[in-house]
Amino acid sequence: MSVVVGYLPHDRGRAALRAAVEETHFRGGPLVVVNTTRADRLVDPSFAQDEELVELHDLLETSGVDYELRQFTSSEPAASDLMGVAREVGAELIVIAVRHRTAVGKLLLGSTAQTVLLEATCPVLAVKG
Amino acid sequence: MDNLFSLLDGFATAVQPIYLLYALAGVFVGTAVGVLPGIGPAMTVALLMPLTYSLEPTAAFIVFAGIYYGGMYGGSTTSILLNTPGESASIITALEGNKMAKSGRGAAALATAAVGSFVAGTLATVALTFVAPTAAELAVKLGPVDYVALMVLAFLTVGALLGSSVSRGLVALFLGLFLGLVGVDAISGQQRYTLGVPVLTDGIDVVLVAVGLFAVGEALYVGSQLRRGPVHVIPISKGWRSWMTREDWRRSWRPWLRGTAIGFPIGTIPAGGADVSTFLSYAGERRLAKGERKEEFGHGAIEGVAGPESANNAAAAGVLVPLLTLGLPTSATAAIMLAAFQRYNIQPGPLLFENESGLVWALIASLYVGNLMLLALNLPLVGMWVKVLQIPRHYLYAGILTFAVLGAFAVNFTPADVVILLVIGLLGFFMRRYGYPVAPLVVGLILGPMFEAQLRRALSISEGDPTTLVQSTFAVAVYGALLVVVGLSVWLKGRERRLEAAIAEEGETDQVEASVGTVTKEQS
Repeated sequence: MSVVVGYLPHDRGRAALRAAVEETHFRGGPLVVVNTTRADRLVDPSFAQDEELVELHDLLETSGVDYELRQFTSSEPAASDLMGVAREVGAELIVIAVRHRTAVGKLLLGSTAQTVLLEATCPVLAVKG
Repeated sequence: MDNLFSLLDGFATAVQPIYLLYALAGVFVGTAVGVLPGIGPAMTVALLMPLTYSLEPTAAFIVFAGIYYGGMYGGSTTSILLNTPGESASIITALEGNKMAKSGRGAAALATAAVGSFVAGTLATVALTFVAPTAAELAVKLGPVDYVALMVLAFLTVGALLGSSVSRGLVALFLGLFLGLVGVDAISGQQRYTLGVPVLTDGIDVVLVAVGLFAVGEALYVGSQLRRGPVHVIPISKGWRSWMTREDWRRSWRPWLRGTAIGFPIGTIPAGGADVSTFLSYAGERRLAKGERKEEFGHGAIEGVAGPESANNAAAAGVLVPLLTLGLPTSATAAIMLAAFQRYNIQPGPLLFENESGLVWALIASLYVGNLMLLALNLPLVGMWVKVLQIPRHYLYAGILTFAVLGAFAVNFTPADVVILLVIGLLGFFMRRYGYPVAPLVVGLILGPMFEAQLRRALSISEGDPTTLVQSTFAVAVYGALLVVVGLSVWLKGRERRLEAAIAEEGETDQVEASVGTVTKEQS
């Protein structure tokens, strides 16, 4: 069985990745790292670029787990992409990063983390950076 | 001295809190649209024009001038940090600026661009203060024949010389001239090209064409390729006060001044907007650099950012000289500002400085104020401007389309105008898609009727003798200048191509280095 992690190129994302690596060591099976964008804006900071990918590969190589990176453009929200991959590989656990949000932020914007927590068909590990 | 007193009067108007607020709004919006690629000051002024009808002219023009200047500032930010020029006058900046950012000196590049823009903008505004009234005095003496010559110059430079393709520029220009013919002939009262449709008898409103081409056309174009992968923003260090070292200042001040000296005159003569001047400034700085500095060009030389950035701001001020004194626009934004003037029943031209001196001097004073605001807005707020780029395209363009349709409807409150807007929007989409420049069309549309009126006046004075067109010394001088400009532009195009080839060569070696370290991305 495998572990799926939603990767974001910032501190909280890296914390989630570290937790996912630990879980993979513990549970065995490959780690699937997912990073997607809807490509509907000029700049998307949550889409990992070259240097961040190099860093990511380094980190995963040294951790010694069997991993696979899935980075792609899709028209779906990030939550659907993540759960889609989890279903496809038959994931045992999904690891995501969560953060504190303001009341206004919660009112205006949807939450990827909340969608995954409520709709995923397997256990979800939420990591606070 | 008269000018100085008028300018002080202008300042007295411009520093009133309400006008300061308008100026702030203008430069704020201007910087935002300058940052966003595809949305330029021309489109923004066109979109806001219907909304400013309720304002008095002074306030409206202070907003427009702020947008115009702000656009010039904002373009440099994306050029440097993303290698995606926000508008055409910043393309050259991307050459050196982006290389600087990649080597970790992005903050210095941004700072030299902002301070350079401020220095050049202020100096050029000073020049505008003194040149414009003198030019206006000279312009009073010009007859219809001279105007015909000047407009031919403006048509050919905007249509044929500025774009990358002469034939496409001319097609766009003649399309604009044709659209300008639609409506009732001013002298005989005959209907022309109205196809018997009553809506067309008043002609096609400039606002509809401008908004249709710039806003609707661009929105459709972006819609046709909505999902393109995100680009990388180069992060910059915090603490903008320490951005430029003493060395950077020492290397920058001369290019700033040279850029201003190149940009202002080029903006002033009806021979092209800011793009030409940035190229000339870049080529000049490259040639002047010695030893190590010369090697640095192509790898992030600060002179290559400082020069062109000051040149484009100086040219932006220069463009206002022919606009205010002759009523001749030489850039798309200036053309739309001219349309706005006409909407308020103010005719820019030699008499503007006499009849509307309060308005003009308040406008010029607001340029000084706007420059200061832009310096304050740009340096500390770079982080925020970069965030603007994270707005999803569909939200942005849905908003623009809404504004466009609302504005088109507000022109005459007739639904038919909205239909015309959409038809012109489709035309704009295809022009954008197949690489036809839009600016010549707008300039042709606005200047066309004026050209026709002056030409017919000239010919009726001479009783139909066409040789009258070359019998005024001024007109002959203008045609002579046109020949020189054509010659220069052929030479310049050759140089530009060689320079681009040289840069492309350097760029290729860089790309090879970069691709070695690149991890191949999985696509699915």
